[in-house]
Amino acid sequence: MSIEAAEKEIIESFNILGEDWEARYEFLIDLGKSLPLLPDSEKNDDQLIKGCQSRLWLKSTYDGQTVKFRADSDAIISKGIAAIVIKVLDNNTPDDIINAPLNFIHLTGLKEHLSPTRANGLVSLIKQIKLDALAFKSQKQVL
Amino acid sequence: MLPNTKNNIFSVEQVRKDFPILQRSIHSKALVYFDNGATTQKPQQVIDTLTQYYSFQNANIHRGVHSLSQEITTLYEAARVQVQKHLNAAHAHEIIFTQGTTDSINLVAYSYGKKYIKSGDEIMITTMEHHSNIIPWQQVCEDRGAVLKVIPVNAIGELDLEAFEQLLSQKTKIIAVTHVSNTLGTINPIKYIIEKAHQNNIPVLVDGAQATPHLKVDVADLNADFYCFSSHKMYGPTGVGILYGKEKWLEEMPPYQTGGGVIETVSFERTKFASLPLKFEAGTPHIAGGIGTATAIDYLNNLGMDAVARYENELLQYATIQLLAIEGVKIIGTASKKASVISFVVNGLHPYDIGMILDQQGVAVRTGHHCTQPLLEYFKVPGTVRVSFSFYNTKAEIDIFVLALNKALKMLL
Repeated sequence: MSIEAAEKEIIESFNILGEDWEARYEFLIDLGKSLPLLPDSEKNDDQLIKGCQSRLWLKSTYDGQTVKFRADSDAIISKGIAAIVIKVLDNNTPDDIINAPLNFIHLTGLKEHLSPTRANGLVSLIKQIKLDALAFKSQKQVL
Repeated sequence: MLPNTKNNIFSVEQVRKDFPILQRSIHSKALVYFDNGATTQKPQQVIDTLTQYYSFQNANIHRGVHSLSQEITTLYEAARVQVQKHLNAAHAHEIIFTQGTTDSINLVAYSYGKKYIKSGDEIMITTMEHHSNIIPWQQVCEDRGAVLKVIPVNAIGELDLEAFEQLLSQKTKIIAVTHVSNTLGTINPIKYIIEKAHQNNIPVLVDGAQATPHLKVDVADLNADFYCFSSHKMYGPTGVGILYGKEKWLEEMPPYQTGGGVIETVSFERTKFASLPLKFEAGTPHIAGGIGTATAIDYLNNLGMDAVARYENELLQYATIQLLAIEGVKIIGTASKKASVISFVVNGLHPYDIGMILDQQGVAVRTGHHCTQPLLEYFKVPGTVRVSFSFYNTKAEIDIFVLALNKALKMLL
């Protein structure tokens, strides 16, 4: 699925949930619970994205065509947010990931999680995903 | 200028009217503010003092010959006397205005360290210190080649006093200890620690940031050498702290920061520093904050610190019972003497998740490590949810919080 199509799907899901905070949080929590876990052996400091409160690990892999992401967090809501970001960006080319405007964050109300004091690592997660994509892109160019 | 009550037992409903922010709603729900350990809300009286100052009294202190400057200098120095009396300090010049508790501790760590700490000396702190009472001492140790010794805590969050006495040595040059733990609420036996330290000629610095909002503090009775606290945690403005220091130490200690205000005479060859307290107050201070602090102290004294402590203890007991009734809740810190602070964890849930869902229901709590990472490492938890109560909180608010918490647990588990 293209980034644009995945974003559209997420925005639609949030539109259905509407303004009901409980439904929105339950959605995030369910997504968080459904995210494939990283085994403890892969939760090392290299994979750790530093947020202030919850810990979030991101594992990016590249097969020469597309980038795949897996993530885990010790907080369920952070995991839910990571699941959404991954759903949008997973299995895309480094270029598409680097250039993704990620409008869905503002259109779904997820932007309240962007505040650094909320400290769930959403800002750092996106930054790391884009950095990883950039690294894979330059890796390919070197090859 | 007086709060709405002068009775020994105040009316919470009346008191709440003094705090405009308590009328706010968050996410369309009435605000329940249980993050008083981070900062307390401000009564209208304090807000009015600040507005009055900036509207009609603004001038620089200790400088001008003009009337405005004279007027505000008098008020600022009266605020110093007010703090002195509140703490029962011997002299007004033992009260130094700083930027906050952290600044007060840094001042002593730097200045006392420079004068008295040498290679091989020891500085003693405790496991339950806030990072602000750890890092400045670590830095002194690094700079001077001294060694940091740490008094351990026991499983219920009290200091291990036997270990403390064993750690005392000829090499101990200062002890820095918190009066009340910001994470656990434990009220430490400061007077006892000071007595033991003094038997060994060791001065004691007390971090009183979490004590001054809840307890009557008498530095003469405690015989503390240094006592540090912040105005904003006791209903005053942010950006103002107090350092109380015994004259005999402050006289001997070198200035911390230098510049305008700290001098008697300056030439390019040498500077002669001013006497106390100005020696430690470089630059233009937070004037509004200083006089606002005096108003906050007035406010507290009108309620009566004893009445405040009694009422807050009632809230503490009530909330503790309610929390323990919830399956899976574990309170971290169950010392026999506690201020109105409760830290807890639930069944392996991350405090952040709980905090976010409480916030959606209008309940403001603190989650995380509370700047006490070594302490939480000891308790083997990544963080806690912390509720901290003020005299303007009510049992009805605790009921709302408990309902909100139950909802959060239902959603997360």
